[in-house]
Order: sequence, then structure tokens, then C-alpha cells
Amino acid sequence: MELLAFGKTGWGDELFYATLMTIAVSITAMLVGFFFALIFTPLKLSKYKTLNLVGNFYTTVIRGVPELLVIYLFFFGGSGAIMYVASIFGYYEYIEINAFITGSMAIGIISGAYSTEVFRGAIQSIDKGQFEAAKVLGINKFGQFYKIILPQMLRLAIPNLSNVWQITLKDTSLISVTGLVEIMRQSYIAAGSTRDPLFFYSFAAVLYLLLTYVSMKLINKLEVKYSRGY
Amino acid sequence: MDFDLMMTSFPKLLGATVVTLKLLSASLFFGLFLGLFFAILRLNKNIFINKFAYCYSYIFRGTPLLVQIFIIYFGLGQIEYLRTTFLWVILKEPYWCAIIAFTLNTGAYTSEILRSAFQTIKPGIIEAGKSLGISNKIIFYKIQIPVAIRQSLPAYGNEIILMMKGTSLASTVTLMDLTGVAKYIISTTFKPIEVFIVAGGIYLFMTFIIHNVIKYLEKKYSFQQ
Repeated sequence: MELLAFGKTGWGDELFYATLMTIAVSITAMLVGFFFALIFTPLKLSKYKTLNLVGNFYTTVIRGVPELLVIYLFFFGGSGAIMYVASIFGYYEYIEINAFITGSMAIGIISGAYSTEVFRGAIQSIDKGQFEAAKVLGINKFGQFYKIILPQMLRLAIPNLSNVWQITLKDTSLISVTGLVEIMRQSYIAAGSTRDPLFFYSFAAVLYLLLTYVSMKLINKLEVKYSRGY
Repeated sequence: MDFDLMMTSFPKLLGATVVTLKLLSASLFFGLFLGLFFAILRLNKNIFINKFAYCYSYIFRGTPLLVQIFIIYFGLGQIEYLRTTFLWVILKEPYWCAIIAFTLNTGAYTSEILRSAFQTIKPGIIEAGKSLGISNKIIFYKIQIPVAIRQSLPAYGNEIILMMKGTSLASTVTLMDLTGVAKYIISTTFKPIEVFIVAGGIYLFMTFIIHNVIKYLEKKYSFQQ
């Protein structure tokens, strides 16, 4: 227990901040994922074959390639790509990207591919009559989506989105390879310096279980809220 | 684009794919039995057996695979007693540690898939078997298991693909699988995009094959026939 003490004698406070970091990365990645889903879901549902192809390419590649490989691509290629873009604008200094940004971008793109599939499925399972009725009533495109489709879609999407959240949360453990100090990295450091890997990795497992448990409880509440009336 | 690098790294990556496939097939093989075992425990009426199986699947599905590998590879070696038993022969090898971790992980997911398949079997099928005077054992082996396997094919196909991606974590415990070799080439040449295209292409090809095999099996064993 004294290994977990707060302050200089133990690893309690370090692991606490690492847990906050994991939560921060997961939330950021989830939001980045929603952003990508916002772009790619319409592409997948579009009438045009070329746009469909672009959407399908994104979801197929990201869901078919290991997360770790995507993270390595971002970790090793991220600053190179940014420097290349900067050089077009005439900036030639070395740019280093923060591990937090690299990590949440990489995980965000992965989580976005899963979110896209969830949103696509949810929109497709809404009755066609709803779209037609909205059109007949003369509601504009924005209103159609925002007031009619979105509320119905969320009810169908939330259970699956909670799966995406679980996947995202667990995937953040992989960014420990880039050196960002989240739960896994902090346990690695603590295990190395105390030579007690069994304890620290088991404790990390407990922290992850706690995070998944609490988030499931919160999501269940959301689910109840959006399915009222059914 | 450095096409030369792509050409020279392709055979190296293809060689590493063999390691990936070995890890995948071994863990799927053992994982299927483990999953079936725990799925049957989940259907047991005894609350303790039931809860035990539930806890197993909850723990392994609620924690990242990386933690599980690290506990088994770095953690278990710390127990002095374990070092004296014959288990140490297996546990000191990163290869077997990875397979144990993958097996336990995929076993947890497989048990959930099979459990829900068993539970969605229409009671009418079992009742029909009973009224024909077939014994409970035969009903289980000849009716419930085949139907459950057919039910769970799509979900199990997804699980195979997830596990294939999961084997990439073996590279974190010094194994040179496809991702491990890709990382090594990237860190020596600093050409991430080229290597990503080749390695990612190989992974996508495997996904494509698995996807189509499952689709074929689904069609072959569909109920309509």
C-alpha cells in the first residue's frame, strides 16, 4: 500500500494524474473521432460513387490495420508531415508536435472510423417516411437533420457509441509507446523503478476497469434519457 | 515516395507475417475452446459458477490487451515460486506469453459471442428435439452447438479480425511480428509512410481474406438451405 502513497514516497499522485491524462486523451480522441465521422458519414451515404469510395476507403483501411501501426505512422511521420506543410508556407525550422496531440489525433482517427460506421447504421435504420414527411412539411435541410433525424438517430446510436468509447478508452493505452505519460506509461515507469511490475500493471488493470465501469454507468443514464417515449 | 524501400522491405515484412499468422492461429485455436468452456459456464444455473464466468469475461474485456500482456510477461516472472515450477519454461518465452494473453483475451470475447448465440436459439428447436425423444446430451451436441455456431459466425468473424489486429501488440514484448518489423524499418529509415503502406497493405489483405471466408461460410450454412 505504501507504494501508492501520495507525495514523494509513493506513486499515488503520479498514477492519479496519469488517470486524468488517460481520460483527457480519450475524450479528445472521441471528439476528434466525431469530427471525422461528421465528414465521412455523409460521404458514405452520398449518392455519388466516388464519394462513397472515399468514405469506404477511410473506414476499411483504419478498421483493417492494427491501431499500433497507425500510432507508429503518426509518431514517426507526424512532425515530418507538419514540417512539409510548413515548408510550403516558407517555414523551415524544426517543429516538434506534442505527444498529447499526436496521440489523440491517431486514436481519434481510429475512433472516427468506428463512429462513422455507427452513425451510418443509425441513419440508415431510420424509417424513410421520416425524411419524406420532413420534406413534405417544407422543413429546410438543416432543420430536417437537426430536429428530426438527429434525435431519433441518437437513440439508436448511443448503445453502439458506448462500445466505441470503450474501444477508444482501451486504445489510449497504446499511445504509451510514444512516451505520453498516461496510466500505462506511468505504470511502466513505476514498475521499472520499484521492480514490482506485477503490482503496478495489475493496478493499471484495476484503473482501466474502474474507468470502463463508471463510464458504462454514465452512458446507461444517457441511454435512458434518449429512449424515453419508447 | 521511396519505391526502392517499399520493394526491399516487402519480403522482410512478408517473412514477419508468418509470425503474426502463427500467433493468430494458435490464440484463436485455444481461445475457441476457452470461450466455449466459459460460455457453457455462463449458462449454468449455479450463481457462483455463473458469476465466476461473468467476472472472467468482464475483466478481460474491460482492460486493454496491452495491460494483460504486460502482466503476464513482466509481472508473472516476479513471483519467485513460479520460477521453480515447469511453468517457467513457458512463461520466460515472450512468444508463449503473448499467446497466453491473446488466448485469454479472445476467450473472453468468444464466450460472450457464444453465450448470446446459445441464448438466442429458439426454444422450439430444443422442444422439438425433446418431443422426438432425443437425449439432452445429443440435443446439446447435435442441435444447440451447430445452431449456435451458425448464429455466431458474423460476430466471430469480427472477433478474428480484431484478434489479428491485436497480435500487433506482440511487438511490445520484443517479438518481431509484422508490426514489430515495420516499426524497426521505420525507426532505421525514417520513412513511415512507405512502410505503413506495405505493412498496412498486408494487414488489409489478411482482413479481406478472413472477411470473405466468413462470408462464404455464412452463405454455406445459412438456414434457408
